[in-house]
Amino acid sequence: METLINIFTDQATYRLLTIVILSIFLGIEVISHVPSVLHTPLMSGANAIHGVVIIGAIIVMGQAKTDDYLALTLGFIAVILGTLNVVGGFVVTDRMLEMFSKKKKK
Amino acid sequence: MEQLILSLSYLVGSITFIMGLKMLSHPEKARRGNLIAATGMTIAIFATIFLWESPETHEHLHNYGWIFGALLIGTVVGTMTAKKVQMTAMPEMVSLFNGMGGACAMLISVIEYNKPEPLTTDRLSVIVLGMVIGTVSFAGSAIAWGKLNGRIKDKTIPGGQIINFILLGGMLVMAIALIGGFVSSPAVFYAILAMAALYGILFVMPIGGADMPVVISLLNSFTGVAAAFGGFLYNNPVMLTGGILVGSAGTILTILMCKAMNRSLKNVLLGSFGKKPVGTGDGPAKEQGSVKEISLSDTATLMAYSQRVLIIPGYGLAVAQAQHACHELEKILEEKGVEVEYGIHPVAGRMPGHMNVLLAEADVPYEKLLEMEEANEKMASTNVVLILGANDVVNPAAKEDPSSPIYGMPILEVEKADHVIVNKRSMKPGYAGIENDLFYKPKTSMLFGDAKKVLQDLASELKQL
Repeated sequence: METLINIFTDQATYRLLTIVILSIFLGIEVISHVPSVLHTPLMSGANAIHGVVIIGAIIVMGQAKTDDYLALTLGFIAVILGTLNVVGGFVVTDRMLEMFSKKKKK
Repeated sequence: MEQLILSLSYLVGSITFIMGLKMLSHPEKARRGNLIAATGMTIAIFATIFLWESPETHEHLHNYGWIFGALLIGTVVGTMTAKKVQMTAMPEMVSLFNGMGGACAMLISVIEYNKPEPLTTDRLSVIVLGMVIGTVSFAGSAIAWGKLNGRIKDKTIPGGQIINFILLGGMLVMAIALIGGFVSSPAVFYAILAMAALYGILFVMPIGGADMPVVISLLNSFTGVAAAFGGFLYNNPVMLTGGILVGSAGTILTILMCKAMNRSLKNVLLGSFGKKPVGTGDGPAKEQGSVKEISLSDTATLMAYSQRVLIIPGYGLAVAQAQHACHELEKILEEKGVEVEYGIHPVAGRMPGHMNVLLAEADVPYEKLLEMEEANEKMASTNVVLILGANDVVNPAAKEDPSSPIYGMPILEVEKADHVIVNKRSMKPGYAGIENDLFYKPKTSMLFGDAKKVLQDLASELKQL
């Protein structure tokens, strides 16, 4: 109970919680009018966007002590994986969508 | 000042994600939307590298060499793989990239847990939750990837559901013990990690056939949620919006897909599809007549003298890379005055919209792709239905046989058309492993062979007519 009260009295947590709730509705709203043709690119695009987790990896990596090899190694891998998610995700989506726009010109 | 710029960059990032997702739902704007989201992501990443400072010590980030090295490797490898991958392997690719995002979230949690500073209860719970979801997503995506490219076969684990429940329960108990401070051994943390990985594997392992798109979409939203926990951990708004947006959008997409198959999400989650006990041959004894074969020239003649031809593509088309040959055939038929359209089942292929992407690659006009309802309405006025490597989405058992695992799934009702021609490589059942009575119906003729070869031969036959 105390933690619950804390959540609502702590400004930072409260702010984050507001973002979460609004984002949930936004996500639902944004997606509900998608024609099924675009489901795959959309899934792929969304896949690239959750690559934003890379920011966490960068923070963790950038804070690691220079002699903390475990954190450095794991962080290094995490940043690589995150980059793959972001870059690969956007490029794959772009390739899919390129095919849609090409034929539009005709 | 720096912090203001950082906050603004994050705001820009969040806005571009929302705009990107919004624009991705309009065919004309989709590509631009993707680019906008990518730009926002780049801004957020570089702002973090140069401007982020620790809330406690106000120190900037260091280890730039490591960070940029990793970014460079990731960018080069990511671009190369994404550019090189064939259209048919797209679903696997998305699954793979998704798994990497999950692994990234998992590693962040592991590193944070290993920091020497004592953790508060809040931070510890966020770390554990992010780790569990990230790990499940990573392990699940890896299995989904392996299944899609055929490295891993469908396996039913006896008592799989019970094991899954035990794993879930075990994780819950251990997480409560760890977060509540009853135990503090790192062994418990890693035991939870191992259980999450095992759960991810067991969760995807028995799921086969028509469920794969749903699973990828679901894992996608899992990774989104894992990213959002990172947002809580670092009090970082852009991670939070990006993660939650994907989490909720992915969930809705998953539900839409479940609806298309007439199955509940719970049903998919518990992996009951993999049981496929009935209808796979030893179900109610069906009298299976003989199949009727049709020759290439007969098919060509039949189609040339039709008014309306409906092509139903499936995974077989993707495997054979026959999309261009298919478009060729369509053009030749149109020249002969035959109306050609495509009937697209929402779950045809291995991902929703898989067929649309594939046909778009071959420059098939957008208007020719009919969604299931529209295709079914026009079915009665269709002379020839040409099924290219699709199976479960045209299986009448979904309507007629309550014991079939796909019973209740809406299908393309091809039997309403005058003739049905099925192109398959062999009589092997579809991905879901279910026999298809359609092949034995009087209206149906089989045209065996590789889709690409058959379509090319059909095209040359038609040219001679």
